[in-house]
Amino acid sequence: MADRTGMVEKRGFGLWMTHLGLIVGLLFVFFPIWLALVASTVTQADIMEPPMPLLPGDHFFENYRKALVSGINAPVAWMMVNSMVMALGIALGKIVISLLSAFAIVYFRFPGRRTFFWLIFLTLMLPVEVRIVPTYEVVAGFGMLNSYSGLIFPLIASATATFLFRQFFMTVPDELAEAARVDGATPMQFFRDILLPMSRTNIAALFVILFIYGWNQYLWPLLITTDPSMNTIVMGIKQMFPSGDDFADWPVIMATSILAMIPPVIVVVGMQRLFIRGLVDSEK
Amino acid sequence: MEKRVTFKGLWLPLLLVLPQIVITAVFFFYPAGQAIWQSLFIPDPFGLSMKYVGLGNFEYLLGNPYYRASFVTTAIFSILVTVVSMGIALYLAVLADRLIKGSGVYRTLLIWPYAVAPAVAGVLWLFMFNTRVGVVSWYLGLLGYDWNHVLNGEEAMGLVVVASAWGRISYNFLFFLAGLQAIPKSVIEAAAIDGARFWTRFRTIVFPLLSPTTFFLLVVNIVYAFFETFGVIHTITSGGPQQSTTILVYKVYADGFVGQDLGSSAAQSVILLFIVGLLTIVQFKFIERRVHY
Repeated sequence: MADRTGMVEKRGFGLWMTHLGLIVGLLFVFFPIWLALVASTVTQADIMEPPMPLLPGDHFFENYRKALVSGINAPVAWMMVNSMVMALGIALGKIVISLLSAFAIVYFRFPGRRTFFWLIFLTLMLPVEVRIVPTYEVVAGFGMLNSYSGLIFPLIASATATFLFRQFFMTVPDELAEAARVDGATPMQFFRDILLPMSRTNIAALFVILFIYGWNQYLWPLLITTDPSMNTIVMGIKQMFPSGDDFADWPVIMATSILAMIPPVIVVVGMQRLFIRGLVDSEK
Repeated sequence: MEKRVTFKGLWLPLLLVLPQIVITAVFFFYPAGQAIWQSLFIPDPFGLSMKYVGLGNFEYLLGNPYYRASFVTTAIFSILVTVVSMGIALYLAVLADRLIKGSGVYRTLLIWPYAVAPAVAGVLWLFMFNTRVGVVSWYLGLLGYDWNHVLNGEEAMGLVVVASAWGRISYNFLFFLAGLQAIPKSVIEAAAIDGARFWTRFRTIVFPLLSPTTFFLLVVNIVYAFFETFGVIHTITSGGPQQSTTILVYKVYADGFVGQDLGSSAAQSVILLFIVGLLTIVQFKFIERRVHY
């Protein structure tokens, strides 16, 4: 890949066609988002008279203020706080328990280690969607409906991150642990002073992936947050549609959709390298 | 693979794995066990007692035309989502790979829709195709086409497929572009010297060398279409019209939470567990082969 200037790349007319093809693709990808952005800056009357305008109007502040402050069932600002708590809770919680258990599996020999390893292996790839009814009953039994812990814990119960850290710890040279032991460091000192700093990039990459995963959850919050003030923003949008024949308040709904995209988009674009790395790592 | 150097201790490692064990046991193994257990029973209408029916729930499900129809719907839906999103992503990745400069810019512009939640993607597409105010449906009306996904099952399927595939283009594009850029340019140039045109080179060299990426994406996309598209279906069609977009995961939700048919919903969960297990095995077998790529 060092020298990308080969003889088969296009120049002149072909190059323009390549750009044109890519731009058509970009338009397809961007059009729905553009339309949402436009709809969030016009009035309900503009939308109810199809076709709606394709350029932004001047009701940006009005619509976004209405969404954030009053919303429809609950203020969207509050739903964003709920989403943030849930996404951070899932990302940090999963990283912490996975780091600890991966450390134990790799650096200790303890009875039941293999069994434990296979047990967590079983949890790989089994999404919460598959076991919703019994998981809901467990959470309800603990009285965790409409609570942050109910939103967070069931989604931490999988082992992808443990696997990832295990793979990484296996590549850490044995000499480091040996030196730490010779110097009389306790296992936890080794973990804190050597292993953790070495895992920084892996942790950050995983954080990006888990944050987006947590922020974008839909089915689980839909089931366990019946109280509008506990709704997350992604699931709250659907709740803004009226049942029956009333007209939906499109400008506010679209403003909410845009608000729901902003935090994860900032994370993806702002941490692009970590994001790509996390994506590739977590699929290995 | 084992570490040569380890620490001594018994209680410390057990303490370290404890949080994960507890959370996994309570929120994973116990519910999964419950699903298997409940699938063998039918609760009475008042929910006071459970009647043991053995594999009765499964027999009933497999004989139930609605459930069988949901299998077919899921198959059609997953295949369409996978083909559409991978097709568009491959097309864009091949184009971006031909650029000497600027492929990074396109990558940045194309990856961020990955961050858009399936449920939000559903709302965006619902807005475009809304029968009353949708821009696209309005222009289709001008062309003489009367779009109505609320009544027409095929149009509803088309809409949920496009909305689901749209959100997946970024992901597939990233992996295809990485796969394409890993193919040595010398191989392609050698073929070009021998007179192979672009399409011949793509068919005989690029696509075969890309096959590990393609297989990997096939599995991942099918898993996505099976499980993560719930938000799209729920926001756009709620499984309708006449169950024409009720995929298996949606049916577990509809029967278990809306219909309160716990035995049937649990049996459906077990069938899904089985399908996920199969897909996981396929993925792991495949990933072993991917290593020497």
